[in-house]
Amino acid sequence: MASKEEILAGLAEIVNEETGLETEAVQLDKNFTEDLDIDSISMMTIVVNCEEKFEVTIPDEEVKNLKTVQDAVDFIDNAQG
Amino acid sequence: MPRKVVVTGLGATTPIGGNVPELWKNALEGVSGVSKLEEDWVETYDLAVRIAASVSTPASEVLSRVEAKRLDPSGQLSLIAAREAWADAGFSAPNADDAEEVDPTRVATVFGTGIGGAWTLLSGWDTLREKGPRRVMPLTVPMLMPNGNAATVSMELKARRAAITAVSACASGTESFYQGLDLIRLGKADVVIAGGAESANHPINFAAFGAMQALSRRNDEPERASRPYDIDRDGFVMAEGAGAVILESEEHARARGARIYCELAGAGLSADAFHITAPDDAGTGATRAIAEAMESGEFVAEDVIHVNAHATSTPKGDIPEAGAVRNAFGSATDNIPVSATKSMTGHMLGGSGAVEAILAIKALTERTAPCTINLENKDPQIDLDVVTTPRELRKDGGVVVSNSFGFGGHNAVVAFRDY
Repeated sequence: MASKEEILAGLAEIVNEETGLETEAVQLDKNFTEDLDIDSISMMTIVVNCEEKFEVTIPDEEVKNLKTVQDAVDFIDNAQG
Repeated sequence: MPRKVVVTGLGATTPIGGNVPELWKNALEGVSGVSKLEEDWVETYDLAVRIAASVSTPASEVLSRVEAKRLDPSGQLSLIAAREAWADAGFSAPNADDAEEVDPTRVATVFGTGIGGAWTLLSGWDTLREKGPRRVMPLTVPMLMPNGNAATVSMELKARRAAITAVSACASGTESFYQGLDLIRLGKADVVIAGGAESANHPINFAAFGAMQALSRRNDEPERASRPYDIDRDGFVMAEGAGAVILESEEHARARGARIYCELAGAGLSADAFHITAPDDAGTGATRAIAEAMESGEFVAEDVIHVNAHATSTPKGDIPEAGAVRNAFGSATDNIPVSATKSMTGHMLGGSGAVEAILAIKALTERTAPCTINLENKDPQIDLDVVTTPRELRKDGGVVVSNSFGFGGHNAVVAFRDY
């Protein structure tokens, strides 16, 4: 099980891999669309890569609720359950 | 009076050069871009064809990691060639909406491909079978669609007039000029980014073209495998590459003080409606395409100082083209030096016409016809003056012609005039 800090760091690496954004830019209060300029197609790739990395399932209908980095970290943390 | 169309920018990435200066230098030096395939899948599938020509500068050395991962390999090559051409034309890149030098709504893209995103489609299929649907990349569709190259170039250069895809197999790159010429002549655009790209050196294509007996199996001598017009030619060599040319109305180019390479004099198209892969033996379709280019460009056979031939190195294809050139130019053919540059680059399919047009333009402006390598014993059925080592061309004036023909009976011809 990854801690919340580890989830944030892992998510930042996945976002960097997909978009080229610096990992430091991926902070908890950032909105994926408005702050990080991540479109829905990139978001789906990020979600699937998170599922693989953290061994969780993120249902498609849940993705729209992951508006901020905090939302994603919390969801993954809970899903690790 | 139709508007005159000129060429103001060139860009290419090919097996014998990652940009136009390098391409031209190696075309004069007779460098072969063909080598042995080192990939594991050659052994895995026990392929009969084990040679190909890859771009000499890998796209990963030019594009950022993120740019590359969002594009099919053919899109990557398109982007590289288009950026070079755009910068070469003296435009700032990318062409921002507020740029004063050109109105984005008057700039069109016409970019061809023969196969489209073969790598993306087939890798996606592998992923589906091995890992399931959820792992298939969300960008798979835009990466595999044949209009992907035109869309990529259009987005990059903010070319908003239209983004058109010429798809006519190996004639695609040349067909782009035909469409671009009309857009500018008819006043529908001021600038056109015309070109073509292919990156389909995937095992399926070695198997499929191999099954047609279309590919050379000179596996032990890769550099000697592509040998257009030679009596011992045994097929073409698969290659990847892209070319892009900036076409512009003369008025537009002069108003901004652009350097003008030459005039895009004319272009021709025709369809054989004869056989899905074989050329019509008499080359009548190709002859009609050359004739249209002459009529459209208002030139006669005696004006032609050089031809860059399609000449893929297949036993069947090279002969009808030679016949077509002679049919179209008559006795003037005796005085026209012909180069078959696929002997060096291999066959870049949908990219070949664009790259060969660039080589023809360079031949015109540098007054030198590039090499045809590996021509040791000319097939007696080829009644052309084939250039084996760089040959000086007439000092001034003249027209150069580049031919391309594609499976499906597509014939495309483009002609450039000294400016």
